[in-house]
Amino acid sequence: MNTIKSIIGGATLLLAAGTAALAARTDLVIGVVLEPPHLDPTASAAAAIDEILYANLFQGLTRIGRNGEVLPALAESWEVSDDGKTYTFKLRSGVTFHDGTTFDAEDVKFTLDRARAENSTNAQKQLFAAIDTVEVIDPQTIRIMLSAPQGSFLYNLGWGDAVIVAPESAETNKEKPIGTGPFKFDKWAKGSSVTLVKNPDYWGEPVALEKAEFRVVPDAAAAIPALLSGDVQAFPQMPAGDALSQIENDPRFVVAIGATEGETILSTNNGKEPFNNIKVRQAIAHALNREEIIAGNGSGYGTPIGSHFSPANEAYVDLTGTYPYDPAKAKALLAEAGYPDGFKATLKLPPPAYARDGGQVVASQLRQVGIELEIIPVEWAQWLEQVFKNKDYDLTIVSHTEPNDINIYARDDYYFNYKNPAFKEVMNALDATAEPEKRIELYQTAQKIIAEDAVNGFMFQLPKIGVWDAKLQGMWENSPIQANDLTGVKWSD
Amino acid sequence: MLAFLAKRIAIGLVTLVVASAVVFLVLEIVPGDPALLMLGMNAQPEALAALREEMGLNQPVLLRYFGWIAGMALGDFGNSYTYSSPVLELIGERVLVSLPLALISLFLSTAIALPVGIFAASRRGKPADTISMGAAQIGVAIPNFWFALILIYLFAVWLRLVPAGGFPGWDAGLWAGFKALLLPAIALALPQAAILARVTRSAMLEVLGEDYIRTARAKGMPRRIVLWHHALRNALIPVLTILGLQFAFLLAGTIIIENVFYLPGLGRLIFQAITQRDLIVVEGVVMLLVATVIAVNILVDIGYAIVDPRLRTRR
Repeated sequence: MNTIKSIIGGATLLLAAGTAALAARTDLVIGVVLEPPHLDPTASAAAAIDEILYANLFQGLTRIGRNGEVLPALAESWEVSDDGKTYTFKLRSGVTFHDGTTFDAEDVKFTLDRARAENSTNAQKQLFAAIDTVEVIDPQTIRIMLSAPQGSFLYNLGWGDAVIVAPESAETNKEKPIGTGPFKFDKWAKGSSVTLVKNPDYWGEPVALEKAEFRVVPDAAAAIPALLSGDVQAFPQMPAGDALSQIENDPRFVVAIGATEGETILSTNNGKEPFNNIKVRQAIAHALNREEIIAGNGSGYGTPIGSHFSPANEAYVDLTGTYPYDPAKAKALLAEAGYPDGFKATLKLPPPAYARDGGQVVASQLRQVGIELEIIPVEWAQWLEQVFKNKDYDLTIVSHTEPNDINIYARDDYYFNYKNPAFKEVMNALDATAEPEKRIELYQTAQKIIAEDAVNGFMFQLPKIGVWDAKLQGMWENSPIQANDLTGVKWSD
Repeated sequence: MLAFLAKRIAIGLVTLVVASAVVFLVLEIVPGDPALLMLGMNAQPEALAALREEMGLNQPVLLRYFGWIAGMALGDFGNSYTYSSPVLELIGERVLVSLPLALISLFLSTAIALPVGIFAASRRGKPADTISMGAAQIGVAIPNFWFALILIYLFAVWLRLVPAGGFPGWDAGLWAGFKALLLPAIALALPQAAILARVTRSAMLEVLGEDYIRTARAKGMPRRIVLWHHALRNALIPVLTILGLQFAFLLAGTIIIENVFYLPGLGRLIFQAITQRDLIVVEGVVMLLVATVIAVNILVDIGYAIVDPRLRTRR
């Protein structure tokens, strides 16, 4: 057997040496866990779509960079009026869509009007809610008037749901996406893979890769052999949690633990007894041991959080000490709230490991202080219907992966059932403020309010566990937005 | 024989209609809104309403049921909610993976099981019997996903003879496609072969105890001829039954193996469609599977008639 292996190994080495001598590789196979339902980022909330197409195939007026910063994309530059209500964008010239049609201000107007139209099926329609009118000044200039100032407007335009599409191809993007990016669509083998190829007519700096295939590998057990055999060279989000050590000690691969925008929280129904009592919520907060929960969350990685905010954000404040782990205090608070013997409640858990595995840990921690949880596993469809839409739940665990989404605590009718006018005021002030320092201050106030109100059990920031070939350069370690931006990715020889 | 066939086909059609009603009703009750699932946690109510209208979910249940039935009768299975393409097209793509996979593993399992079963029966109680049936016992007990992983590590990671998973599509060449299906087919075939070998052995043993076998042997007929000619043919009825069941399983019951090898087959399609609440796809695939099971059963019945002439004349 060993002889066979060495013969085969020798042959492979020869082959590999032969190709390496010619040039660095220009093809890449990336493993993704979920297949996109279709390929139009403006018509679905599915992260799987953005993870393939954002920045690679589709571009917006602005884009979100590696560290969450707002960068120019199809808009070269912009001016904001003093009252913060008028944005004038100067668009790049010489840009064409992949089908050869020219990109100009009419396409921008079409895209934005389509997204906010009455029959729009955009999953993030609220991004465009502040827009009052969109006006084409000339082919290279567009003016957007807001009904009220919105400090996050430029950031909003960088979402995948705000990418610019052409009227000629908007209807067929689901099957055959046409954008302006450095990669263009090659083929989609349904159930298997989506392949992008380099766009030779790209307006900006050309990408190093000629071909990028996103291959669907749904099973954690399959991901490791796929890497080891060389079939797949990168998993930006490695599904295998406890098998990771197998790769970590292998010099051929890089394991990068980064941050996501996913605040993983014990969502609490603030509108329901006994959770409408702040003492009960504080008791739960004191009963949670974040280190233990992270150790048992399926991967063992994650950063503790004390509020609903990403530690990677510059406005982050560490509030994990607001209600430190203290079971005795939790029991005392429960007694004060009128539950000296604790109470019973349900915990609905969606499929991801952070919820199903982490939920077991949470349930055992709450049992220590007298809260008996009945664990109810649910599918995503059930979770959305029962918990999210009908608010039929006591407690649930979920990761809120939308970037910068602390404003959901100001939303009426959101599933937390949290109502605090003071918090809403802060959010309104944030909308009216464009100055960066002021915004940071307001964000920090907002974090403190919900931390002190113990709205939810704030647990940890979901990690991004990336694994890729050690010779691959330029992969994103963090995911400030749900995307796998390949524009800077290349093979070192 | 013809009357028998006509009756079987008629029963099959009735079963199909009943199945369609059951499938449709059950999926109606399942909680979960496909539109909500697509638009996610930030969805605005009016965007949801617009999408539901677009998907045709706002029509009354009965209207949708009869629309669906009538469409299917005309060969139109409707459009997927999530993938915006016709259901029939989706199924067609997946059958091109699942059917060859099922056929290869069925071939492998039969090719292994029949000789082993017959061999073991002919050496009843001897070491050869004990060893081969012991192996079969292990084959039945090993979970096929675990066996699949062992195969992957051996042939894909270590020897690098075949890919660790995925399917390049038949347009990448017949050999490339076959190579991608080989490991999953073996992983599927082995447990099936183990079951089939045990069934073959016990059916053979039963037949070998019959008087006509003893008579044939007493007349001086060579053991080999008695075994392969007289005994096997009579032992084939239970074997055929199991084969029919196995084929239906191989076509759709392979979700786990399709996941381990990330193959775009029917099992994955239906699994994905259920989690996405893409009900129209689930309905379409289930109906296709029901039809397949019915067709396979009819074929097995015909097989019985070929093997056993007595069944040909029975009404």
